Amino acid sequence: MSETPVSILIVDDEFSVRDSLEHWFRRDGYRTAGARDGEEALHRLQEDRWDVVLLDMKMPGMDGLDVLRRIHALEPGILVIIITAYGSVESAVTALKEGAFDYINKPIDPDELSHVVQRALEQRRLSSENVALKAKLEELSTVPHIVGESREIQKVLELVRAVAPMDATVLIRGESGTGKELIAQAIHAQSPRRYFAIVPVNCGALTESLLESELFGHERGAFTGAQFRRKGRFEMADGGTLFLDEVGTLSPKTQVELLRVLESREVTRLGAAKPIKVDFRLVCATNQDLEQMVAEGKFRDDLYYRVNVVTIHLPPLRERREDIPLLARHFLDKFSRQMNRPFRDVAPEAVDLLVRYPWPGNIRELANAIERALVVGKPPLVRPEDLPVSLAPPAGGAPAPQVGDSLADVEKAHVRAILERTGWNVSRAARILDIDRVTLYNKIKKYELSQTSSAALGAR
Amino acid sequence: MSGIALVPIHLAEGPSLLRHLEKRLAATFGLAVEARRPWFDPDRAYDASRGQYNSTLVLAQLQGGAGEAYDRVLGVAGVDLFIPVLSYVFGEAQLPGRAAVMSLHRLAPEIYGLPADPARLFARAVKEAVHELGHTYGLIHCREPGCVMRSSTYVEEIDLKEERFCAACGRAVRPGG
Ligand SMILES: [Zn+2]
Ligand SMILES: [Zn+2]
Repeated sequence: MSETPVSILIVDDEFSVRDSLEHWFRRDGYRTAGARDGEEALHRLQEDRWDVVLLDMKMPGMDGLDVLRRIHALEPGILVIIITAYGSVESAVTALKEGAFDYINKPIDPDELSHVVQRALEQRRLSSENVALKAKLEELSTVPHIVGESREIQKVLELVRAVAPMDATVLIRGESGTGKELIAQAIHAQSPRRYFAIVPVNCGALTESLLESELFGHERGAFTGAQFRRKGRFEMADGGTLFLDEVGTLSPKTQVELLRVLESREVTRLGAAKPIKVDFRLVCATNQDLEQMVAEGKFRDDLYYRVNVVTIHLPPLRERREDIPLLARHFLDKFSRQMNRPFRDVAPEAVDLLVRYPWPGNIRELANAIERALVVGKPPLVRPEDLPVSLAPPAGGAPAPQVGDSLADVEKAHVRAILERTGWNVSRAARILDIDRVTLYNKIKKYELSQTSSAALGAR
Repeated sequence: MSGIALVPIHLAEGPSLLRHLEKRLAATFGLAVEARRPWFDPDRAYDASRGQYNSTLVLAQLQGGAGEAYDRVLGVAGVDLFIPVLSYVFGEAQLPGRAAVMSLHRLAPEIYGLPADPARLFARAVKEAVHELGHTYGLIHCREPGCVMRSSTYVEEIDLKEERFCAACGRAVRPGG
C-alpha cells in the first residue's frame, strides 16, 4: 500500500484510554499516535500530518479549550473531536463554539465513535485538497462490479450513473434474483453519500412489529426484554442510503409511519421522548405491481409518489441471454477462487444448456447453479452433467435406478458427499441441496453424520 | 501442543456452541481446535463499577500460562466486555498476535427484546470468532461486501457478513492453502 492511511491523534492523560483507542483505530487500518497532554499533542502536530484529533477536555496542565485553540492556531484545517465526561455538556458546547468538529461522551459508544469519525473524514475530504486522503477514501468505497455487455444492462448502468449523484429517491423494479440490491449499492457507491453506510432492510422478511422495531430502534427498557438501547435502521442510515427491499410488502400502518419519517426527516425511537433528525437517501426495490396495489388500495398513493421518483427497470436474465456466458464465467472465477477449486472454464455444451434455460430465478439461480457445479464437478471444466437436472433438455434417459438402496440411504450418502465436498460449509451445502440450514442440521443429526472422518480436519 | 484453544469464560451456552465453533474454526483456519477450561481467574478482569469485564485484561490472561502452548487462543465469553473509554466491545484481538476474545453477550437477539434465535446466535458467534482471530493474523477491517473482516459496530451488521474471508483476506490467513 503506497497511499497515506487516515491518521488520528489521540490526546488523553489516561494511558488506558490512549492505548485502547489506538488499538481500536488500528483495526481500521488507520495510523494512530497518542499524546498525554497538550504539550505533547502540539509536538506531535508539528512532527507529522494528522487528519483528526480526539481530544479529552479534562487533563491536568493545559486546559482542554486552550489546547483546542492552540491546535487550531497551528493547523487551522484539522478536525478536532472532543471527548467529555458524561454530563458536562456546557464545556462541550463551548468547545463547539471554539470550532471543534463534534463531541462524544465517555464512555463512548463504538457505533457513535465510528460514525463521528466517518463524518469528520468526509468533512476533511470536502474541505481539503489532500490528494492522498482522497485516494484512500475513494479506495474505501468501490463500486460493485455489475457484469453484462447486453444493451439492456448497459442502459441500466447508464441510468445508474446518471441518477447516482442526484439525491433523488430511486425505485428499482425487477423480478427476484435480478440483482436489485447490487444496483442499489452501485447507486450508493457513486453518490456523494458513499462515505456513509448503505443500510438494507428486507421489508418482506419481518413481521409488522419486528420491522417497526428494526426501523425505529428503541430505548433501553422500551418493552420487556429490551436491555439495551438499539439504533434503528433509519438512524443507521443517517448520512448514507436506506435501501428498502420488497417495499410493496409494507403493512398499511408501517406505510403511514414511513411516510411520516420521509416528510418530517425525523425518527423517534420506541420509548424515547424526543425525535432525532435523520438525513438519508431512499432507494426502494420491488417485484410487485405497485400501480395495481395502489388501485386496489393496498399501497398508499401518497407513499407511491414519494417512492416512485426515478424508476430503474432490471430486465430478467432471459431477456439478456447474451450476458449468460459472461456471468457464468464471472461466477466460475469467483467461486473457484473462494473454494480453491482449479476450474478454468465452462464447457461449450454446458454453456449451451445455460443459455437455453429460462432462469426463472434469474442471476441468483445462475450463481447457485455454478456454485453447485464447482462442488459436484471435476476441474478444470464445468460439464453439462455438473449442472442441475432442471437445465437438461426434457429428452434423454433417466439414470438407472439403484436397486436395493432405500431413499434414506441415497439421501444420507448424498448429504454426506455434499458436506464433504463443501468442507462442511453448512450454508453452502444447504444452498446446493436447496434446503434451509435447519433442515440440513436435522438431517446431519438424523443420519448421525460427523466431520471427524472427513478430510477437512486432516488438513494440518 | 499447537492449534487453536477455545477458552469458555462464564459461558452459559456451553458445549453445543463450543462444538459448533470448533468445527467452523478448524475448517476455516486449517488448525486443530480444542476447548479447554481457563487456567486463570477470569474474574480478575471484572470491573465492578461497570459490571463488565475488561477485554484487554482478559487478552493478557489468555496469552500467558497454558495459552503459550497454542498457535492461537480465543476466549469465548458469556459476559459483557469493554475496553476503557468504550461502552462495550463485541471482541478484541491482538493485531497481530496470538490472543483474541469475543463476547456472546450482545449477540443474542433476546437482549434487544427480539425473539430468541439460536441459529442466528450461533452464526453471529462464528463470524465474531473468525473476525477476531483474523485480526491476530494481522488483518485490518476489510471493505469487501460480505467479508468477515468487515467492521461491524451494530449487531445487525454482523448478519450482513458471511462466515468467511474474502479472497484477499483469506490469503493472509492461509497462504497457499
Ligand atoms: Zn475488527
Ligand atoms: Zn476481506
